Amino acid sequence: MQPLELSGVTKAFTVHLQGGLRLPVLHDLAFAARAGECVVLTGPSGAGKSSILKLIYGNYRCDEGAILVRDGDTTVDVATAPPRRILSLRRRVIGYVTQFLRAVPRVSALDVVAEALTDVPREIARDRAAAMLARFNVPERLWSLPPATFSGGEQQRVNLARGLLPDRAIVLLDEPTASLDAANRAVVVDIVGERKRQGVTIVAVVHDESVRDAIADTQIDVTRFATAA
Amino acid sequence: MTDSAPLLTVDGLTKYYGRRLGCTDVAFDLHEGEVLAIVGESGSGKSTLLQLLSGQLRPSAGTIRYRMRDGATADIWDMSEPMRRLLFRTDWGYVHQDAQFGLRMGISAGGNVGERLMAVGWRNYGAIRDTATDWLARVEIDQSRIDDTPRTYSGGMRQRLQIARNLVTAPRLVFMDEPTGGLDVSVQARLLDLLRRLVADLNIAVIVVTHDLAVARLMSTRIMVMKAGTVIEAGLTDQVLDDPREPYTQLLVSSILPV
Repeated sequence: MQPLELSGVTKAFTVHLQGGLRLPVLHDLAFAARAGECVVLTGPSGAGKSSILKLIYGNYRCDEGAILVRDGDTTVDVATAPPRRILSLRRRVIGYVTQFLRAVPRVSALDVVAEALTDVPREIARDRAAAMLARFNVPERLWSLPPATFSGGEQQRVNLARGLLPDRAIVLLDEPTASLDAANRAVVVDIVGERKRQGVTIVAVVHDESVRDAIADTQIDVTRFATAA
Repeated sequence: MTDSAPLLTVDGLTKYYGRRLGCTDVAFDLHEGEVLAIVGESGSGKSTLLQLLSGQLRPSAGTIRYRMRDGATADIWDMSEPMRRLLFRTDWGYVHQDAQFGLRMGISAGGNVGERLMAVGWRNYGAIRDTATDWLARVEIDQSRIDDTPRTYSGGMRQRLQIARNLVTAPRLVFMDEPTGGLDVSVQARLLDLLRRLVADLNIAVIVVTHDLAVARLMSTRIMVMKAGTVIEAGLTDQVLDDPREPYTQLLVSSILPV
C-alpha cells in the first residue's frame, strides 16, 4: 500500500449548543499519496482543507471511512486506532505543521524546536534545532526567548523549524508560508523539495500560487468532496 | 510505543456514599509515561475518582490493578494495608491542591524531601541532604532556603517543594489534584512548565484532576470528561478538546474565555 490512503472519509460536526445543528464538512473523500509525492489540497476557504489534515493527524474524529497510514510493516487506521496508537504515529511517522504556533509559556524558541526530537540526546537535539532556526533566518538573539512575543512571521518560522526538523514519513503542512516573506518562502520550498527526495509524503494546504506550483506533484480540489453550504 | 502491560488497569470502578453516587463504572488503562487528565465541574465526581484510584477511598465495586516493579500485577484492595502504604510511600506520589496537606509545615524544606527517602530506607545523612539539595534545585528553589520551613515559603514555592517531595523516590505513578489551583497565573505557568518537563524526563505516569482545560491540554495526552459521576467522553486530549462530541464537553470547551 501507499504511505497514506484515505477512502470514504466523511465528517460532520454536530453543534449541540445550537439545538443539534449539523454541519457537514466532507463526504466520501478518497485519495492516496506515494512516497516522495507532495499532494496539495485546493479549494475555497471553508471547503474542509485544514479539516482533512486534522483528520489525518487524528486531531478530528473521522465519522466514516478509513485513513490508512503505513507504519513500517503494519498499517494503522487513524479513524479507529486507540489514542496510544495515534500518539505513537505522531511521535514517529506523522509530522504536522499547524497554521499557528501553540506557544508553551517559559519554553525558549530553541527548546520548542529541539523538543520535536524525542529520540536523541538533548545537546544534539539543540544543535540540530539551532541549525534549523538558522536556516529559517530566525535571529540568534531570539533563540533563548519564549516565542509568545515574537511576530507572526517569526512564530511561523519557529513552527516550521519544529515541524520539519524530525524525520517523518508523512508531513502535513497547513498554510506554511502564510506570514512569510519571499526569502523564507524559498526556504520552505527548498526543504520540502529535500524531504520529497528523501521519500517523504507531504500533504499541504497552500494558498500562495508560486509556492504551490513549486512543491505540488498532485493537486486535489476538495470542493467535490465538500458538503458545506 | 511499548507493548508491555499497562501500569494501571481500572475496571467497573464505582463509589456510592450511602445512596448518593460518587462515580460509576469507570474503566481505563494507563501505561508508563502517559499523562491522563480528568476534567469536569465541581461535584462531577473527579475528586472521588482520584481518591479511589490512589487507594485513599475504598470502592463500592470494581477493580484497580497495579503492575509492581517486580512485574506482578495486583489489585490494590487485595493487598495488605502495610503493602498498600509502602506502595504509596515509594512507587506512587500524590500532589495535593493545597500544599499544606502534602507537606509537613513544621520541618525544614530539606527535611520534607529527606523524609520520603528515609521512609524507603535511606540512612546516610550526607547522601540524603545531597539528594534533597539536588531536588530543590530541580524545582528551582534556592539552596539557601533548604533549612527554612515551608511556612516561610510562598504558595508557588510550597507547591514546587511538594513536587520535589513526591518525585524524590522516583515514583512510577503520580496523582495530582488541581496542582495549579489557587496560584497566580504567572506562577501557574512556571509550575506547569516544570511539571511537564519533569514528567517527560522521568517517564512518570500521571493522573491529574483539573477543572482547567488549559492545564489538561498542556500536560496530558489523554483526557476523561466527567459529569454527574460518569465518564461521558474520553480520548486523545487534543481530539476531545478540538472536536468535542458530547453536549456537555462542547459547553465546557466553549466556556473558555479567549485571551
